[in-house]
Amino acid sequence: MKTLKDLHQPGQRAEIVDVTGDDAVAVRLMEMGLTEGAEIQLVGFAPLGDPIEFLIRGYRLSLRKAEAARVAIEVL
Amino acid sequence: MSSASPSTAGPITVAVIGNPNTGKSTLFTALTGIHSRIGNYPGVTVEKKIGKFQFNDREIRLVDLPGTYSLSPRSLDEMVSVEVLLGRQAEVGKIDVVVCIADASNLERNLYLTSQILDLGLPTVLVLNMWDVAVSRGITVHVAELSQKLGIAVIPCEAHRHRQIDDVKRAILTAAGQSVSAPPRVFPPEFYEEGLRLQSILKGWGDPDVPFYVAERMLLDVGGQVESSFTARFPAQLPDELNAARERLKTNGFRVPSAEAKVRYAWVRETLTGVLTVPPERPATRSDRLDQWLTHRTWGLVAFAVIMFLVFQSISTFASPLMGYCEMGQQAIGDYVGSWMSPGPFRSLVVDGVIGGVGGILVFLPQICFLFLFIALLEDCGYMARAAFLMDKLMTKVGLSGKSFVPLMSSFACAIPGIMATRTIENRRDRMVTILVAPLMSCSARFPVYTLMIVAFIPNVTWLGGWISLHGLLFFGMTFLGAAIAIPVAWLFKKTLFRGETPPFVMELPGYKWPSPHIVLNRVYDRARAFVTRAGTLIFATSILIWAASYFPADHSRQYQIEDQIEQTRATVQSELSQHNELEKAIKALPEDDTAQKEVLEQKLAELQPRLEPLNKLLEEKNVISETLLEKSYLGRFGMMIEPVVKPLGWDWRIGVGVLASFPAREVIVSTLGTIYSLGGDVDESHSGLHQALQNSKWQDGRPVYTIPVALSIMVFFALCAQCVSTLMVIRRETNSWKWSLFTFAYMTALAYIGALATFQIGTWMIAR
Repeated sequence: MKTLKDLHQPGQRAEIVDVTGDDAVAVRLMEMGLTEGAEIQLVGFAPLGDPIEFLIRGYRLSLRKAEAARVAIEVL
Repeated sequence: MSSASPSTAGPITVAVIGNPNTGKSTLFTALTGIHSRIGNYPGVTVEKKIGKFQFNDREIRLVDLPGTYSLSPRSLDEMVSVEVLLGRQAEVGKIDVVVCIADASNLERNLYLTSQILDLGLPTVLVLNMWDVAVSRGITVHVAELSQKLGIAVIPCEAHRHRQIDDVKRAILTAAGQSVSAPPRVFPPEFYEEGLRLQSILKGWGDPDVPFYVAERMLLDVGGQVESSFTARFPAQLPDELNAARERLKTNGFRVPSAEAKVRYAWVRETLTGVLTVPPERPATRSDRLDQWLTHRTWGLVAFAVIMFLVFQSISTFASPLMGYCEMGQQAIGDYVGSWMSPGPFRSLVVDGVIGGVGGILVFLPQICFLFLFIALLEDCGYMARAAFLMDKLMTKVGLSGKSFVPLMSSFACAIPGIMATRTIENRRDRMVTILVAPLMSCSARFPVYTLMIVAFIPNVTWLGGWISLHGLLFFGMTFLGAAIAIPVAWLFKKTLFRGETPPFVMELPGYKWPSPHIVLNRVYDRARAFVTRAGTLIFATSILIWAASYFPADHSRQYQIEDQIEQTRATVQSELSQHNELEKAIKALPEDDTAQKEVLEQKLAELQPRLEPLNKLLEEKNVISETLLEKSYLGRFGMMIEPVVKPLGWDWRIGVGVLASFPAREVIVSTLGTIYSLGGDVDESHSGLHQALQNSKWQDGRPVYTIPVALSIMVFFALCAQCVSTLMVIRRETNSWKWSLFTFAYMTALAYIGALATFQIGTWMIAR
């Protein structure tokens, strides 16, 4: 299964399939709108390649690689 | 459900809540003006901000709650908002209306919080702020339909332009006391059954007043604040009950905790169908184009460095002269007031204690105001989130996040605004560690100490044709010593005191906007006022205390006699004195090669000397007396008592007294050393007489006190020690606990002692070899 961490090309789009885990991090990600079926787009990377910037539900969100790896996606 | 109507005459209490970056504080200020009271909720670090305004003859109290993406408390701090909303916060009282503010250009995510708020069953007004931004992005919201679907008033608003503010006020007034339609039942019926069941179980255990929303949170938040506080009360029964309830929900296809977000976002989608239209392609806004540069992998860093440089450059350009004026003003006022009083303990208290104490507070204000001006500007325009984004990877190496960078960077000018700026760090552990290490950053008050020691004791060797100097290298090294030590310290704190899983770095990058001058200035005013009123009083008290310790119990009558004589003598040589000063100024202004003119002026100066001789003699005598008095004071006695403690650092009792006196404010060391070496307290760090006095200072056996290792050990001590009452007071204010001020003081003093000890011992050993 691919995750958000596997997106490399700015502009690439994906659909969220699942957020793995039941801990506070997973809940936080879902509260920010990373839920099943939502569309997400890669915007870019910070200078050292981490964190990563995404566009979701019409706003920009930055996630660390560790968190991005928790979000299972289907590349569109 | 309905809420009891508030009595028609009494004030209406309104809670304001919303996502971060929705312009909540802009709306708050637009509604209340600058009249707000700031405090802390008991036991937590959350700031309590309450404002008031009148509308249609009704008084409306506005309670500002911290910006949040969701109302599912994970800590005591986050629990405060829930308690306030449920009317369980005694200092706030019952909430009559909730104003939920949402970003109209980002409605989908914002309505998540709104959906939780609706579950509270309180009269609610939804304010769609930044309406203009939404319009410019081609987003349309059918307000009337949304209002009908949600069953609450929905008001579009542009708070930063003060538009539709009266509409918001009117809606608050209408909503107060209105009956509330039942909140939308977003969850499956089984969930509500479990909630009611839990309520009745808790009633059976002796807690009949659990609101439904609390029961809801208990079921939904696995390991959340509600669950842990109730488990602490019913440790034997509750965990089993909760597990069983969650298990039953799971068999019905409702899996806690992931179900809540899914269900609520599905509800949001459904609610917005036919209400919200968004252009299919998000148009590239000006903000997006700007971001291509400002968060670029290379140019983003360049831009960040330039911005930080400009901030610090302007602080040294604008704030430093103002600080100079503050000091001069304090001196002038002290002299003026002193001239109206006869010498005595009362004059000393007023001039040295009171005026000195007030001056010691005010001198921080220019830096605090300027730093906060920049921090508020960067925050309000949206750049602060980018700074955190750019710096995050670097900061994770010490276990912190990008959000700690700017507060720590600001601490290089002054730790006080740096610590106050940590409010943007929402994770408590990260925020605490940042607060605790911020005072290690080399602030501007350490500079005089470094200057004094380096210029007096370190030979100025230069290399590469003067491009690199030993002085410069040492300044550089001392400036970054604290920051270098802060890295392992922060790491250690994260591993011991503030252990826990790494908090997620889930951060919104809001669109850029022009900062609102009103908001920015208001924030600067807020912080400056908080510093002066809440920290200032205690700083003042400490100054008086140190004054008393250095004044009593010695007999000051001889000093006053001399001071009287000085004033009388000064009056008789008024014109000579002013001539003397003008000649000195003229000599200074001369070009270096004009030796002929210089000789003429110096000759004139020498001719004046005999007339000034009696005055100078008296001044010298006064300085000698001041030294003896200080030696005999409680402070001096204490300094001598602790000489065995500071001796391993290479210090004599004089340095010990200087360091003791500078615990309230480190820059005081320079004037204390001036007094101790009989030069008077008016010396500054570049005073050549002070340099000489230090160089000539001897132990009883004739060895010089100050050697290079001693100078280094003093500098290391000052680099690492928490000699700043103001910082400690601000830590108390921000953490809402004395414990952390004391802890900071203790750990930094220990670090400073060990550092100075190691420096002196290793330095001496190396020289001996």
